[in-house]
Amino acid sequence: MLNKVGREIPEEILKQTGKEVFQGNYYKDNTEFKKQGPITKVVMNHDTSKMVSSIHEALVKCGAHDGMTLGFHHHFRDGDLVVNMVMQEVHNMGIKDVTICASSLGKAHDALVPMIEDGTITNIQSSGVRGKIGEAISQGKLKGLAIMRSHGGRIRAIQTGETVIDISFIGAPTCDDYGNCKGVGGKSDCGVLSYSFVDGNHANKVVAVTDCLVPFPNYPADINMTKVDYVCVVDQIGVPEKIATGAAKPTTDVRKLMMADYCTQVVVNTPYFKDGFAYQTGVGGASIASAASLGKIMKERGIKMGFAVGGMSKGMCDLLDEGLVGKLLDTQDFDTSAVESVKRPNHHRISAGAYANPFNKGAFVNKLDYVVLAALEVDVDFNCNVVVGSDGVITGAQGGHPDAAQGAKCTIVISPLVQGRIPAICSKVTTVTTPGESVDIVVTDYGVAVNPARQDLLDALKEAKCVPLRTIEELRDIAYSITGEPEPVQFGDRVVGIIEGRDGTVMDVVRQVKPFTFAED
Amino acid sequence: MSNPNKKRLRRTMMFLNCQKPGLIKDPYIYKPDSIMLDLEDAVAEKEKDAARYSLFHALREIDYRGVERVVRINGLDSPYWREDIRCAVAGGCDSIRIPKTESAQDVHVVEEAVIAAEKEFGREEGSVLIMAALESARGIMKALDICEASDRLFGIALSGGDYTKDLQTHITGTGIELMGARQNMVIAARAAGVQCFDTVYTDLDDMDGFRKDVEAIHLMGFDGKSIINPRQIEIVHDIYTPKQKDIIFAEKVVKEIDDKKAKGIGVFTVDGKMIDIAFYDGAKRTIELAKASGVYEGDL
Amino acid sequence: MKITKNAVAGTLESSDAMVTVEPNAEGAGIEFNLDSVVINQFGNSIRRTVMDTLKRLDVQDVKISIVDKGALDCTLKARVEGALFRGAEQTENLPWGGAIR
Repeated sequence: MLNKVGREIPEEILKQTGKEVFQGNYYKDNTEFKKQGPITKVVMNHDTSKMVSSIHEALVKCGAHDGMTLGFHHHFRDGDLVVNMVMQEVHNMGIKDVTICASSLGKAHDALVPMIEDGTITNIQSSGVRGKIGEAISQGKLKGLAIMRSHGGRIRAIQTGETVIDISFIGAPTCDDYGNCKGVGGKSDCGVLSYSFVDGNHANKVVAVTDCLVPFPNYPADINMTKVDYVCVVDQIGVPEKIATGAAKPTTDVRKLMMADYCTQVVVNTPYFKDGFAYQTGVGGASIASAASLGKIMKERGIKMGFAVGGMSKGMCDLLDEGLVGKLLDTQDFDTSAVESVKRPNHHRISAGAYANPFNKGAFVNKLDYVVLAALEVDVDFNCNVVVGSDGVITGAQGGHPDAAQGAKCTIVISPLVQGRIPAICSKVTTVTTPGESVDIVVTDYGVAVNPARQDLLDALKEAKCVPLRTIEELRDIAYSITGEPEPVQFGDRVVGIIEGRDGTVMDVVRQVKPFTFAED
Repeated sequence: MSNPNKKRLRRTMMFLNCQKPGLIKDPYIYKPDSIMLDLEDAVAEKEKDAARYSLFHALREIDYRGVERVVRINGLDSPYWREDIRCAVAGGCDSIRIPKTESAQDVHVVEEAVIAAEKEFGREEGSVLIMAALESARGIMKALDICEASDRLFGIALSGGDYTKDLQTHITGTGIELMGARQNMVIAARAAGVQCFDTVYTDLDDMDGFRKDVEAIHLMGFDGKSIINPRQIEIVHDIYTPKQKDIIFAEKVVKEIDDKKAKGIGVFTVDGKMIDIAFYDGAKRTIELAKASGVYEGDL
Repeated sequence: MKITKNAVAGTLESSDAMVTVEPNAEGAGIEFNLDSVVINQFGNSIRRTVMDTLKRLDVQDVKISIVDKGALDCTLKARVEGALFRGAEQTENLPWGGAIR
């Protein structure tokens, strides 16, 4: 069945998953549902200890079994040791057919591939997968379906009961013996624990895993003791230098600076740029440079940002320090400056649900004026792909991309027009992750294109004469004139994963890759 | 007929290694006035041949969007320069840059090879311009001869690294060691009616030093500067862009002179300044530069 | 053009390609091998470019293998020609604009 972004979704996938096809951003607006609550084993006796001596003991006490679903967060990014530690034990216990429901998976988890191959792990739900797991899924090694869902979408899936997490393991930089968890104060600090709030509220069993046990009460806690069944102390939960890197040096790459400048010009010349505006940006070189140049103009014009939300890095924290931002609403920290900044008064830790869940009574993304995002590919319908590489292999993650893009009044996607020989602006993206109706402006090194649905923004930019304007088709044509027109990737028939829309509908499917063969002469 | 490109705007000439596909594929994005595709120093001895194929196809197949394409050939003391010229001219380059030029004879030799190549590859005679880089004390002393050696020669450029070695000093960042050469070259170029370009500034971490350097050569009368990184372009163009008050004054001067000339008046005042016909060319140049820099909105 | 010795041109840097040629027995034809980071999108186009270049230079027997890091067409041609002319030991009086185009 053809969905709203023109993608053919096979009937058997709809039958298998019980899902509908994507029917537009606001299809589920104003609908109602009842939240799924967790099974709660009560603790009334003051003699009860939550401490367990090992991951093994935690798994046994939580009733680990074949076919269970495990929850994990990705705040430790490429430095994560928790997922592998738990899965190694699951593997040792001979448990099969496990579903992993992680906020994201990456290069740190290459060690899971053999467990996918031997049937320990048969289903993966994640914002995306980088590294070897992505390759394994694309090669058809995962028995079940990989579901790629946004950060907001994960909260929705868990709260509606579509996904029931049997046991969630929460890596906690500090924790006390009763389960109060915090993202700071230990030796593997990640700043915030936003993606785990939902696990705390909805997983049937919750295990806090820490390498820094602190005296009770570890307060104020990110994850409260009232939600935690067991506490397990291990040697190390993360590799600090891979969790939060040093702040990226400001880029000197003129191409990136040029795109940053275009992006800043777009922001300051569109109508939402006024005192109290709301903003989200990523951590690419151009995004960071743009935040810095935006700060300069804000100072000149006496305009302050009301709030910034999402993942944080030094650039945004500097704006807070300079008094240019009212509040930082933080869901993830990318560098040590951001982790440090978490302790400041107007730097707030928020849940991924408050950030981006489409199925609550209103999330922060709905209040965004601007979001600046990246993309692997954007097509002439403004659809974005951030998950599947141009070789057809799953290589990225949705993160909050579709959430913020839909929420913001002005969504800006930045990408160099050509990377290597791959045109970033193309006729049809390999896989749709964020629908074109969410994307308003595309910024490239060859000019800026405005979605024709946003005539208001186009008029504003035309009048300001601040950036070279092109149509999206013109950008594609320039890209193709440089690279040549790419052929579509040759996929096999088997569907190995689905890209889920924020509301749980099917945005696109990902098929198994097949080895390239030359066309007949 | 003289090539109309001889006097084109050349504030920035960006050096690019022909052997680096990533560099030569779209430098126009940074909007330099000229790019200099290098077959000489940037290319290792054993890659001289390979660089030519890159150069040829880049010239033929990449749309450089109006940016001038200058090719620096290998030195006349090398075995490579003749084939370099054939390749560049066949590819369709705009200009040839002669390294280590020391005499008018050097220019003549290259000019002959260029003429032969224009014939061989069916290009219009005179379509390929020449510029000469001066890199030695002898070259500097022969600057005027070199400037007047050929009608195709659009300008001379200082190559500071080699020149200071020849002088038995080195680049200091103060410009003291380059003073004589710069003065001599710009005077020779003006005397011959050709352009004059300054040497590269290699310290990319010292953008303030770079700006001071460009301000100095701008005041000395240079037409532009060789650059090694796109970060330097904006600064040069900024310094070379006429300021609004200068544009307004130049506009008045041009209009008044046109008007007074018709009336037979030789000397008059504009904004309280004494003006005569000697101001005309300078004022015209300011307007042209303002147009080229995209900041002129008047009707001249 | 006859390839008389093994030759290489190009690098493994991004946007470049490394082309290796080896002589092949007379009448053995062209053996083509491609490893490209963009094989899915441009595999056919790359092969076409290489075959066209061989044809223009009248190379009938050669083993040619390419490791491509996303080179544009103009770079690919340059690297193939670079390797072939080295393999044929010709460096001067090249047919610019003729067989090389």
